[in-house]
Amino acid sequence: MMRWLRHCAVLGCLAGLVAAAAGTAVAGTAAAGGAPGAQPAPVSPGAGQPAAERPVADEPVADERLQQLLAQLPQASYADKRALIRQFIALHDPRVRAILGAMLEENLYERSADQRVVIGAADGDNLRLTDALTGAALGTAAPDALGRIGINNQLRKALRVGMAQFDLSSPDAAVRLAAVREMLRAVDEDSIAVLRERLAHESNAAVKRAIGEGLALADLDSSDARTRLAAVETLAGSLNTDVYNRLSAMLERSADGGYAEPDARVRAAAQASIRSINRWRNLYSAIQTLMFGLSQGSVLVLAAIGLAITFGVMGVINMAHGELMMLGAYTTYVVQLLMPQHIGASIVIAIPAAFLVSGLAGVAIERGIVRHLYGRPLETLLATFGLSLVLQQAVRDLFSANNRPVQSPPWLSGELQINEALSLTYNRLYTIVFTFMLFLLLLAVLKRTRLGLEVRAVSQNRAMAKAMGVRTEWVDALTFGLGSGIAGVAGVALSQLTNVGPNLGQSYIVDSFMVVVFGGVGNLWGTELGGNALGIVNKLLEPYSGAVLAKIFVLVFLILFIQRRPRGMFPQKGRAADG
Amino acid sequence: MGATPRREAGGLRAALHADRGGRIFLALLAAVAVLAPLLNLLVPASSALHLSSYTVTLLGKYMTYAMLAIAVDLIWGYCGILSLGHGAFFALGGYAMGMYLMRQIGTRGVYGDPVLPDFMVFLNWKELPWFWHGFDVFAFAALMVVLAPGLLALVFGFLAFRSRVSGVYLSIITQALTYALMLAFFRNDMGFGGNNGFTDFKDLLGFSLQAPGTRMTLFLGTALALGGSYLLCRYVVSSRAGRVIQAVRDAESRARFIGYRVESYKLWVFVFSAVLAGIAGALYVPQIGIINPSEFSPANSIEIVIWVAIGGRGTLYGAVVGALLVNYAKTYFTAALPSMWLYALGALFVLVPLLLPQGVVGALGQLRRRADARRPAAA
Amino acid sequence: MSIGRTLRRTLPVMCALLASAAGTTVARAEDTIKVGVLHSLSGTMAISETTLKDTVLMMIDEQNKKGGLLGKKLEAVVVDPASNWPLFAEKASELLEKDKVAVVFGCWTSVSRKSVLPVFEKDDGLLFYPVQYEGEESSKNVIYTGAAPNQQAIPAVEYLMKDVGVKRWVLEGTDYVYPRTTNKILQAFLIQKGVKPEDIMINYTPFGFSDWASEVSKIKAFGSAGKKTAVVSTINGDANVPFYKELGNQKISAEDIPVMAFSVGEEELSGLDTRPLVGHLAAWNYFMSINTPENKEWIAKWHAFTKNPKRTFNDPMEAHVIGFQLWVKAVQKAGTTDTEKVIATLPGLEVPNLTGGIAKVLPNHHITKPVYVGEIRADGQFNVVWKTDKVVPGEAWSHYLPADKDIVADWVTLKCGNYNTKTKVCSGQNYK
Repeated sequence: MMRWLRHCAVLGCLAGLVAAAAGTAVAGTAAAGGAPGAQPAPVSPGAGQPAAERPVADEPVADERLQQLLAQLPQASYADKRALIRQFIALHDPRVRAILGAMLEENLYERSADQRVVIGAADGDNLRLTDALTGAALGTAAPDALGRIGINNQLRKALRVGMAQFDLSSPDAAVRLAAVREMLRAVDEDSIAVLRERLAHESNAAVKRAIGEGLALADLDSSDARTRLAAVETLAGSLNTDVYNRLSAMLERSADGGYAEPDARVRAAAQASIRSINRWRNLYSAIQTLMFGLSQGSVLVLAAIGLAITFGVMGVINMAHGELMMLGAYTTYVVQLLMPQHIGASIVIAIPAAFLVSGLAGVAIERGIVRHLYGRPLETLLATFGLSLVLQQAVRDLFSANNRPVQSPPWLSGELQINEALSLTYNRLYTIVFTFMLFLLLLAVLKRTRLGLEVRAVSQNRAMAKAMGVRTEWVDALTFGLGSGIAGVAGVALSQLTNVGPNLGQSYIVDSFMVVVFGGVGNLWGTELGGNALGIVNKLLEPYSGAVLAKIFVLVFLILFIQRRPRGMFPQKGRAADG
Repeated sequence: MGATPRREAGGLRAALHADRGGRIFLALLAAVAVLAPLLNLLVPASSALHLSSYTVTLLGKYMTYAMLAIAVDLIWGYCGILSLGHGAFFALGGYAMGMYLMRQIGTRGVYGDPVLPDFMVFLNWKELPWFWHGFDVFAFAALMVVLAPGLLALVFGFLAFRSRVSGVYLSIITQALTYALMLAFFRNDMGFGGNNGFTDFKDLLGFSLQAPGTRMTLFLGTALALGGSYLLCRYVVSSRAGRVIQAVRDAESRARFIGYRVESYKLWVFVFSAVLAGIAGALYVPQIGIINPSEFSPANSIEIVIWVAIGGRGTLYGAVVGALLVNYAKTYFTAALPSMWLYALGALFVLVPLLLPQGVVGALGQLRRRADARRPAAA
Repeated sequence: MSIGRTLRRTLPVMCALLASAAGTTVARAEDTIKVGVLHSLSGTMAISETTLKDTVLMMIDEQNKKGGLLGKKLEAVVVDPASNWPLFAEKASELLEKDKVAVVFGCWTSVSRKSVLPVFEKDDGLLFYPVQYEGEESSKNVIYTGAAPNQQAIPAVEYLMKDVGVKRWVLEGTDYVYPRTTNKILQAFLIQKGVKPEDIMINYTPFGFSDWASEVSKIKAFGSAGKKTAVVSTINGDANVPFYKELGNQKISAEDIPVMAFSVGEEELSGLDTRPLVGHLAAWNYFMSINTPENKEWIAKWHAFTKNPKRTFNDPMEAHVIGFQLWVKAVQKAGTTDTEKVIATLPGLEVPNLTGGIAKVLPNHHITKPVYVGEIRADGQFNVVWKTDKVVPGEAWSHYLPADKDIVADWVTLKCGNYNTKTKVCSGQNYK
């Protein structure tokens, strides 16, 4: 029963998310706002509470032992270091955590002058040193005077797991939970013992459940059938892949025909669990596919929505549209260069900045080129294609041909883990929400503002609008600037998803025209729905056909769709349609 | 053209008589076709007059591009159909020829398999896929050069024109078409060599492709094909059907109301243009020595349209001028200004529509008309 | 008729035009030795290739400072093949036939090399190809200074197997010939080492693929079967950034499922946010972070030449440095730039590489290289975690593939790049 409730709660939460993407902005912001809070607090090695507060040490350890281990570190091979780490942890000395933390962060050095192991913290071009053993400040030193104590992936894992043991007694339940999860990544008899001990005086329910699950997993190896049965029952309802793997392994037949699990009752229980897990996993994977589709659709909409204005409303075939997005992405890069300490804020500032840069570029394009070519859409195509080549090369010369690194703020990295079988990455969730808000904003501008009214008037009947006193030239420039500015904003979002380089625009240009035409030229709703529909169809096909064939099918579908409905999903009606 | 009825040949002659630009073009083409072999094969390499085989190959490539441009001008300049996917037909023709050339390699491939091309051996394929059968016979391959682009154009055009897809919608779905084909041909599993496409051709009809004689014959064949397709297109546009086609371009609904079956005219000229593009592609491949999916890329197709626009559309010879001009500019700039050439090319694309709306040929024509107008006044 | 008249009128003009075109192709007085540079400076490959052009320019500059070669100055002829494969062939023949260059340094992608190969063989040119590639080739006119599969892929996988204990393998690549061959060789290798076929997942995605969500979740599912899993990535260029971002966002850390990449180097890392990549692996024959005097010296020269103390140096650039030095040595030894003689001189020549080893040209036109495995650091450099004991000779034909077993390449004694030792036939060659 509890299981059901838990799944239902998850589904409810998901329904909210889907609704957010599909319509209600309120739910959208709630999900977006709630997401970062739901992220488990990271295990912050070295930066946690003062080590002395942790009463891990059973008995005081002689300094010499610690000193001895430390002295071995610089010369040790990776395999030796691993053994040393194990010995460090076995000391149960609170100072060890800081040393391991520094090692994990690659801040542990050997000072060449006296072979002393020190912890270094960046201080301008130099490093500020503290003694690893005593914590005494040792002044600063140039990086050349130090040898870094290198680690590799296996060591990193050993360090994290080891440090988690120290975090188990943290007063913060979230830290404890993370520590338990960390320890369960690599289970051995030692850690099982530590966990069992912790379970005895753990008060938090979530931590208890996590430990219980981990211990039950270990119990599956027990020689006692009853313990195993109890473990299977404890694990029922868990969507953890380890659980699934272990349960399936129990049901495997060995070569001689016998089951890996000798006891029939345990087998039956495992079988039932697996069936239930499979049901839920299928459901969640369907939801995940849908979300992947929505997120890909949102990228398509992002790429197309500016075009829905310049191409859809004004009828200008702007082949430099992709390059306007590229400008937006590069603007993000430049803003980050200007404020390297505030990556999160830089993204927020980049949005208006990119709107201005691309918007002004758009106005310049309209005034300089497009204005002279109204009524000759195909000449516009050629001229803007030429312009796109020039812009690409200009970026190549200004910023180098290489891609530029654009960082993601922490709240855009990582994923929202709803349960073991379903997690959604934040950058995709934000993209979905962001795109939808951009769309609503644009819709509001077109439908609710004076500019929007004039834009629609000019696009429907230029001569009449002019006769009514609309400054059509002004409106043209502003409309084009708006569409281009939106492209720039899309570029900011794309900078979080893909490469920022001279080829950024090119890779989206075909898709974006496709989306506008599919949705129906001149119809913003068409672009929004069309893009998302194409994204979902693509993702539904992908598991069966692979990424490339899925895309080909979507294109063929699009070609056939246009044959059936030559003016897209939502054709413009009336005279404007013939324009 | 020997079998053409006399009356219609007269029509072509009359059309040519009125086509001054076309006469100049054909004359120049004939001159190049005569001089290039002489300068390349007979004049010794040390002489200043010697034409290197690099230049001959380059001229041959330009001529296939010119043919492609004529095909695009026929449907865009005369019928008002802007295809942003004509590169697909060119590439299909090229692939058909490439398949023949691959089969001719025989046991001389890297893996020495008598039947399977190298890339199939490499992908562990055991037998030739069904669609590769027949390509060892030149006649069949030649037929496919015509049929593959022709059939695709027929099916695509039939669907599109029947449901009256027109204007930008048509342009965008032609782009979707070539994009889809590009993705498809990029797939190694398709059996067309994936990203690498076909290379390392050995011989054509038993003649080594590296031999100067073969290259020259190919060059002459291309010149002949270019001249022939020009005449054919000129004949088409000056025929009765050609005038209907132009009527469709200028006022489609009116032509339909008068009683012409607009769709079948469009379809016919679209298929014809696709076939021409396919033949151009087939001539391109043996001279360049490689065909791969990037020929399908939408940017390539846009570039073809740009050649036509720069030369001046609706004149046929303008398309040739545009193709030569842009491609020569590309050849020249990529060597002379390797890091700046995109600016030059981009500026060319931006400025021509702005300053020369009728293209280079149109601008020249205007200059001449202005001069002509002045002359009688002076007399 | 009118055509005849027009012809008469235009024929002289045409003659003059053609003659002038021909005139330009005649080489000028030979007071310099021309070195062709055939790297894309625009289009999709400009990202990787632009810096290689600069490397060759630096090498030419260095050589001219030393007084040039055979008493003549070196002159670079730079062309831009614009990431367009047919244009590569055209530019190659322009360099060889029109500019008459003595040697060409160029190409990156396999298809560009395949495209220019017939041109180099026809015009008897000499190409130094600096990029790790799929093997299965040995041309008389090409010196492969990049890694063959046995100099990168096989040692890297051996490292994963032995030192990391990987039992389950995802071979993820971009759908083109280099990943296909590499994965084919790796698959054969892994199965030979006792890995079960169901523990190998092979997957291909198109160029520039950016929507990795479902692919990565597939890897995640595959990797959660309880066995240590690693991804061997032959993902090309632009698709890498979204791939690593997605890995980071889906919380696949290098500690759980490490990704071993063969196409991600310092230059690529300089274009992306490296934090989510820390700990992931790459296998190369050179890392900028390797601490040898030669390496420090060249990096200093590079920074001085580019006037940018932050410019990265990477594996293909080292290959060009080696290639250029080999060519200079061969020309000096042969006393001429005549390609025939230079090619004959090259096998057996040795120059030091930048990491303290020796690069020797082998009879199969490949060179000896050390292999390093590095973990990505947060600063975009690599932390070397493993290396081969000595330099590995490059193999044109992989002995792990059944079809290649009996094939050898030897341009010294056999004069053939594709010689079947069983049938005694030299196939796939364009020479007599």
